[in-house]
Amino acid sequence: MTQTDPAPDTAQEVLIDVRGVVARYGHRLVLDGVDLEVHSGEIMVIMGVSGSGKSTLLRLMLGLKQPTRGSIRVMGHEVTRAGTRELYRLREQLGVAFQGGAMIGSLTIGENVSLPLTEHTDLDVRTIRIIARMKLEMMGLSDVEDMMPAQLSGGMLKRAGLARAIVGDPKILFFDEPSAGLDPVTAVELDERILLARRAMNLTIVVVTHELESAIKIADRIAVIQDGRVLETGTVEEIRASGDEHIQDMLHRRPRKETIDPDAYLDRLTK
Amino acid sequence: MEMSTRTEGAYTVVELKGEVDLHFSPGLRDRLLSELDDGHPVLVDLGEVGYMDSSGIASLVEAYQLARNNDLDFGLVGVKGPVLQVLQLSRLDKVFPIDATVDERISRDAG
Repeated sequence: MTQTDPAPDTAQEVLIDVRGVVARYGHRLVLDGVDLEVHSGEIMVIMGVSGSGKSTLLRLMLGLKQPTRGSIRVMGHEVTRAGTRELYRLREQLGVAFQGGAMIGSLTIGENVSLPLTEHTDLDVRTIRIIARMKLEMMGLSDVEDMMPAQLSGGMLKRAGLARAIVGDPKILFFDEPSAGLDPVTAVELDERILLARRAMNLTIVVVTHELESAIKIADRIAVIQDGRVLETGTVEEIRASGDEHIQDMLHRRPRKETIDPDAYLDRLTK
Repeated sequence: MEMSTRTEGAYTVVELKGEVDLHFSPGLRDRLLSELDDGHPVLVDLGEVGYMDSSGIASLVEAYQLARNNDLDFGLVGVKGPVLQVLQLSRLDKVFPIDATVDERISRDAG
């Protein structure tokens, strides 16, 4: 069993509360009645295969997309009804590390990492520079401040993205597919940095991933999403012991069993 | 957040109470740099600080570097709890001179 840092005692305070969320892209139903809580200080890993709806759920939590139905409260703010100013103030307390790092190619790594503070605070430029360097050091990235994003490896870009996500000391960190595209060794290094960031900053972290090993390593709790629904939420041990066939298939890397509706299939072929 | 200063021995002791965040840290930075620019060695008493964010830490870092450049003594006292943890995890506990109390620092200087 992989040991993780235990979540702090404040774990029972609910920082994110998702209730009955339904979401669509056009006519396609992506989330079909999702309930989920994220507790203060915990690392919640939302797992699912591609197309399960997990990234959509992340976007909804950040107020980047509105659900068709349901409620999403983040740190007491009802995100589904929040105005622009309220969302702006809420997002100042959130950090987001996007898949691929999402660095601005024409800025140095130091400028990229500093950007949230440069844009949203009145801190002196020297203070910002020190903070950015501290966060890069925390991510094991000394001496990259003056490099351009194109000069960094994939793993280093992810760590720089994480440094930027935590530069403003957020209350909640969201991480979208942190291990995507990384070799196993680099992925493990990134997992260690996520755990370090949680310890150093007492962060609550939401990670969206399909990488099983990473989830087991870092999660306090895992929510498994399939076909737009939460199959089960629990600790790593509880998920391992799940009697759900789909979860066991995922844990044992068994391919999904395809089922065909013969009538619908015939209609698709002949319409 | 409250900030007060007093003189003990050769030091200006800057005492902080409460939480140091990005709204307060610019004032802290200005005070520390001002004292150092005036040629005063500085001790920062963090015994009553429950939380310090990165901007507060950065202010301490900048002040310490200025002190070193000006050949002035600088240190932290009363560091504990969450503040100590942040310093440890950013490895700055190995950088700053840290003592339990002002008296301990002054005694160490004399010894």
